[in-house]
Amino acid sequence: MGVLEPILLRLVDRARRKSAWLFHFNAGACNGCDIELVACLTPRYDVEQLGIRLEGSPRHADILCVTGPVTRTTREALRTIHAQLPDPKVVVAIGSCPATANVFAGSPVIDGPVDRIIPVDLFIPGCPPRPNAVVQGIAEAIELLVAKGVAQ
Amino acid sequence: MTRLFLALLVFPGLLYAVPMGWLMLGSERKVVARLQGRVGPPLTQGFYDFVKLLAKAPVPRAETFLLTLLPILAVASTLGALALLPVGAGGFTGDLIVFVGLLEMAPLCSVLAGFASRSVYGEVGATREAVLGISGNVPFLAALLALASAAGSLQLAAVAGGAPWVVRGPALLALLACLPVKLRMNPFSVANAEQEILAGPLTEMDGPRLALWELAHALEWVVLAGLVAVLVVPGRGGAFVLVSFAVVPLLGTLAAATARFKIDQAARFLWIWAVLAAVLAFFAAMAVRHGSL
Repeated sequence: MGVLEPILLRLVDRARRKSAWLFHFNAGACNGCDIELVACLTPRYDVEQLGIRLEGSPRHADILCVTGPVTRTTREALRTIHAQLPDPKVVVAIGSCPATANVFAGSPVIDGPVDRIIPVDLFIPGCPPRPNAVVQGIAEAIELLVAKGVAQ
Repeated sequence: MTRLFLALLVFPGLLYAVPMGWLMLGSERKVVARLQGRVGPPLTQGFYDFVKLLAKAPVPRAETFLLTLLPILAVASTLGALALLPVGAGGFTGDLIVFVGLLEMAPLCSVLAGFASRSVYGEVGATREAVLGISGNVPFLAALLALASAAGSLQLAAVAGGAPWVVRGPALLALLACLPVKLRMNPFSVANAEQEILAGPLTEMDGPRLALWELAHALEWVVLAGLVAVLVVPGRGGAFVLVSFAVVPLLGTLAAATARFKIDQAARFLWIWAVLAAVLAFFAAMAVRHGSL
């Protein structure tokens, strides 16, 4: 194992960098950020060439993408889903709502912003952010993911 | 004995099938991406996905034992089916029956895993997989039986070389129609319909367990494409690899060009068109056996 271990670890790092699977959670967003995230998968931006895939189940995912200011009804679901992502995992908040609750700040039905509910690793600002910004944010999130994997 | 181990571990088993499976998964995604005007993932994507999933720490849960056992069983039995393909090492009498049995283990395990995960999506996916499995298996097995009866043998090697083309043609059509069913691809991606039931039976799988399921899926690609290749060119070695790889763009194009059937449409398609091809093969086989062809 002694000689093999650094090689294996580097292989794992490389695999993590090349195959990041996303889970998208809408915590009460207006669908604006959701559309921009999905646009990244279309032929124009095509993040699949980086090995990025949008997964249906949080258990498959590496990166949790949250949109929306977290309403009262989505709070517990957000906690549950965050707990179901296997480690190492990264949480990315897309848009202004999950960062500051935006125009919904102070509303009695809003429990956000997101970092009050679950730890957030990266914010992508914008209302909504352009797909270029989302792609860049996810690329940074992948670096965080690799760093977390090393720490683990 | 040595030859069987060689078949299991080297060719067409582990050493050939695992990289080939990843290559097939990668090129299938590439073909679909190119047809959609995208660049698509690199061909090595399956390998990277596997390593990454293997290195993840799954969330602890109650049903760990069963959910770990089932993917191991699926991988092992699919490898066993691969070792029985008549390339390289020779088979033994009755290996067609063992082959079909081993080949059917992986879908069965996935149905069980769907129910064992106790997830609503898993259960719906498992039910659909079971229904589709039955509809797909009728023409699949009928085509294989027609081939065996035309060749007068239950040995895969004899079946591959022995059946005349009047039988082999329609039987191959029936088998090809069943391939996307068994690989859960469009238009038969009913059991893992990601827009409605997430990942179907595999919804609750994570980390190394999901990695093993992906590996089983890759191996299923190699076996089923290999079966087609064995029937098209009943030789050994190079032609086998080439023809089995040629199946990938075929199925990829079909998947990119079609939308998803509803479960009843999928079952009806199989029961009408695939069964028709299999029945044709059957009649041809009967005619061959009674010497009128």
